[in-house]
Amino acid sequence: MVDPIFVGLAVLTIGSAIVSLETRELIYGAVALAISMMGIAGFFLLLDSPFVAMFQIAVYVGAVAVLVIFTVMLVRTQALFSTKEDKGRKAGGIVLMLIFIGGTGTIFLVSGFNGQTKSFNSGAPPIDFTAIGKLMLTYYAPALVVLALTLAGSIIAALSLARREDLEQKNERIN
Amino acid sequence: MSELIDFVIVSLVLVAIGIYGLVVKRNAIRMIFAIEIIANAANLNLVAFSRNLHNAQGQLFALFSIAIAAAEVAVGLGIIIIAYRLYKEIDVEELRSMRG
Repeated sequence: MVDPIFVGLAVLTIGSAIVSLETRELIYGAVALAISMMGIAGFFLLLDSPFVAMFQIAVYVGAVAVLVIFTVMLVRTQALFSTKEDKGRKAGGIVLMLIFIGGTGTIFLVSGFNGQTKSFNSGAPPIDFTAIGKLMLTYYAPALVVLALTLAGSIIAALSLARREDLEQKNERIN
Repeated sequence: MSELIDFVIVSLVLVAIGIYGLVVKRNAIRMIFAIEIIANAANLNLVAFSRNLHNAQGQLFALFSIAIAAAEVAVGLGIIIIAYRLYKEIDVEELRSMRG
């Protein structure tokens, strides 16, 4: 028996993922992507991992979606509409997608991995988030440090990419 | 209560949608959307298997993956803005100065 909440979340997530790729206006696509990320966060809540769900909402809906929306506003609107895609390519993409779903899904269903896994409500308590914190600060502490350095490096990279040298030279000449 | 296979199938469909977006779309921002959808499908799989195997490492890797994806989006959007400034265009087929 399938949970109605699960079905609703699946429809929301997959539907808004399709809308984010197919809608004509890019800004609506960004909003649909944010809704899809919220759906994924709902799945995380269903899987008894509220910490990851809150992190997902904070990072994806709070940061990434806002960043994408600002980029869409910075790029001239005409550039967003001028891209045309040919029909053959689109049909090819849909066929590739269906083949991928059919092939991989058949492998999953035939492999018998469904029967071997334990059911979620087998009595095991959900993972406490103190366990995640303990792992993060003991065994995976080097990975956490590398992750922090990666984030700092990416912020510096994004800042230096967005710098405009022509404007800076003009300002120097004026000064 | 849903089984593990349900979550795996949802994540499979999300990966397929992402691959479709990467193959068909030529708008660079839409390709970033597609990459984000694929990354989220991977996170969903990580957390689902973590719940099923009762192991905290899956959730930890999902947290790491979310942080890396945020960094990747920041740099990707910076590159798109540079490309737009240089070419006045974000169609990836028009950005051909590095084509051999």
